[in-house]
Amino acid sequence: MLNTIKHSSMLKTIINCIALLMLILSVVISISYGSTSIPFDTVWSAIFSFDTDVTSHQVIQEIRIPRAISAALVGAFLAVSGSIMQGMTRNPLASPSILGVTDGAALSLVIMLAAFPMISSMGLTVASFVGAGVAVALILFIGSFSKGGITPVKLALAGVAIGTMLRSISTILSLHFNLEKEVGFWLAGELSGTSWSSVNILFFSGIIGLPIAFFLAKSITVLSLGEDMATNLGQNSLLIKALGIISILILTGAAVSVAGVVGFVGLIVPHITRFIMGTDYKWIIPSSAIFGALLLVLSDLVSRYINAPFETPVGAITSLIGVPFFLYLARKSGGGDK
Amino acid sequence: MSGNSNSKKRKFFGISFILIALIIIMIFISLRTGVISISFQEVIETIFQQGSDRNKLVLFEFRLPGIILAILIGIGLAVSGAILQGITQNELADPGIMGINTGAGLAVVLYLFLSREGFVVSSIWMMPVAAMVGALFAAFLIYILAWKKGVSPIRLILVGIGINAGFAAFITIFQLKMDPQDFRQVAVWLSGDIWNANWNTVLAFLPWIVILIPLVLRKVNALNVLTLGDDLASGLGVNVERDRQILLLLAVALAGASVSAGGAIAFLGLIVPHIARKLIGPLHQYIIPLSMFIGALLIITADTVGKVILAPTEIPVGIVVSVISAPYFIYLLLKAT
Repeated sequence: MLNTIKHSSMLKTIINCIALLMLILSVVISISYGSTSIPFDTVWSAIFSFDTDVTSHQVIQEIRIPRAISAALVGAFLAVSGSIMQGMTRNPLASPSILGVTDGAALSLVIMLAAFPMISSMGLTVASFVGAGVAVALILFIGSFSKGGITPVKLALAGVAIGTMLRSISTILSLHFNLEKEVGFWLAGELSGTSWSSVNILFFSGIIGLPIAFFLAKSITVLSLGEDMATNLGQNSLLIKALGIISILILTGAAVSVAGVVGFVGLIVPHITRFIMGTDYKWIIPSSAIFGALLLVLSDLVSRYINAPFETPVGAITSLIGVPFFLYLARKSGGGDK
Repeated sequence: MSGNSNSKKRKFFGISFILIALIIIMIFISLRTGVISISFQEVIETIFQQGSDRNKLVLFEFRLPGIILAILIGIGLAVSGAILQGITQNELADPGIMGINTGAGLAVVLYLFLSREGFVVSSIWMMPVAAMVGALFAAFLIYILAWKKGVSPIRLILVGIGINAGFAAFITIFQLKMDPQDFRQVAVWLSGDIWNANWNTVLAFLPWIVILIPLVLRKVNALNVLTLGDDLASGLGVNVERDRQILLLLAVALAGASVSAGGAIAFLGLIVPHIARKLIGPLHQYIIPLSMFIGALLIITADTVGKVILAPTEIPVGIVVSVISAPYFIYLLLKAT
């Protein structure tokens, strides 16, 4: 964990407000810029006096706005999932993509798409929850095998191996059922396929998943201090963990079903948030939602420009941002001094 | 003592004989497997110059170069893994997991991109060289970043995974700058497919194996000493760092050349040395040759399984290898202290 700086609640609130303002600003920029740039006043009129005959209005209403909202929500969901994971397991390397949870969700999506080509997007989302659940079960199963508890680093390595295996199976199925295009999209992590129905999925999943996360915040703070401490304070750790896992499954599953495997957001945002906000998850969880949203909206913007006029999968951008951070964490926590 | 080493030698030759026999059997099975079905009898007739022209074309121009390439790649990656595990005293070392393969892949993608744009000359002979430069760069980066008063095994792997993800992201970005035909080819190739199997690829790759493997075999004693640990090795008067660097260079060169010929096949270099050690014990004069045979056998088997299991879909050999090997990696991980 990074050194935490203590701030008064006042200062934390101000930081959150500033981050929120930056988020709104970057969403507006994201709506305005793209393969064709649309001036801000057109954006304004597209929202408040929509005219179906104007092409740019349609682009904004049907493509740009749902995409920007999806980016923000996916970023927020992944970051909150990562925060819960890191808090509950006291493992600085825990995150949906490192532990293979996103790959499990993606594999489940591929299986459903191969078996039921006409499946609805709601069905896919449910499949995504289930797949994330199977991956979590696998990780817990492996963790329980190691004598005397598994170390954080080993858990991360096992997660990477599970992720690799699940992704390989996805690739096999995609080759066999000619789903390379859809699957390639999910495995790379892209936001270009988002629409209002993605926003709907994210919205309804968020209504269930986020309140659970906020509700658990206090208990996660206690858990992050250690299992013994939690038991001494009379906390039912098993129930808290079960609820935490449910929240992770819903948030990660929804994010993957919309945007595919977007790595590293769930890893780095909780660290940055802890650095700024301290160790109290009552602050960490809401703030990581805002920071995660901001990070993904900005990454999405970069992904549209780096190879213009083609789009780069946003997962590649978050990897480039996340890898240096991951290396820093690996050096810090990678098994002692030698 | 000498009786013991003699019985070891006998055991080594026995195992080698069985492995070579298995490889030959697999070559025959692999030759007759594919979209166009050719019976054993036809395979044998064709080998003795009596087959139809069609069979000759399929067997000698398509399947045989693929099989030979697979064998060479299996040898290269397995020996590379055996060296890496020896010099880092790390059971989990593998050129694929550690990002060395991806580094080589990135260099090849960059090279293809630059040659398409006309900045450099396009030549199949240059691909292994580009791949080796990339592999070397990756190895250097991993070593520097994992160094913290020494290199711990787990940290080395963790840093390698990070480097791997970073290079993979760069590959994604560069792929998009290519035209769609190249893009697809590169994507399949990176998942470990022997797509470009023709005699030219074999010839471009063969010299590297022929030169590098004997150099490795000359260094097996140094490898044995290094496996004992730095303190003991320098106590025995071995120049530890120098030998380690030479061996690392050989391992990286083998991995790079293999990647240029067959794409990034992860986990092969991980499990093969383990099987070899289980069979013959810790001496590298036996481990290295056995790793060559096991690597070759495993890769032809994986390639054939990939062709058969969901036929007519052909699954890249790298994908088959990772599905089989990832559980083994987790097992080793849980066992390691």
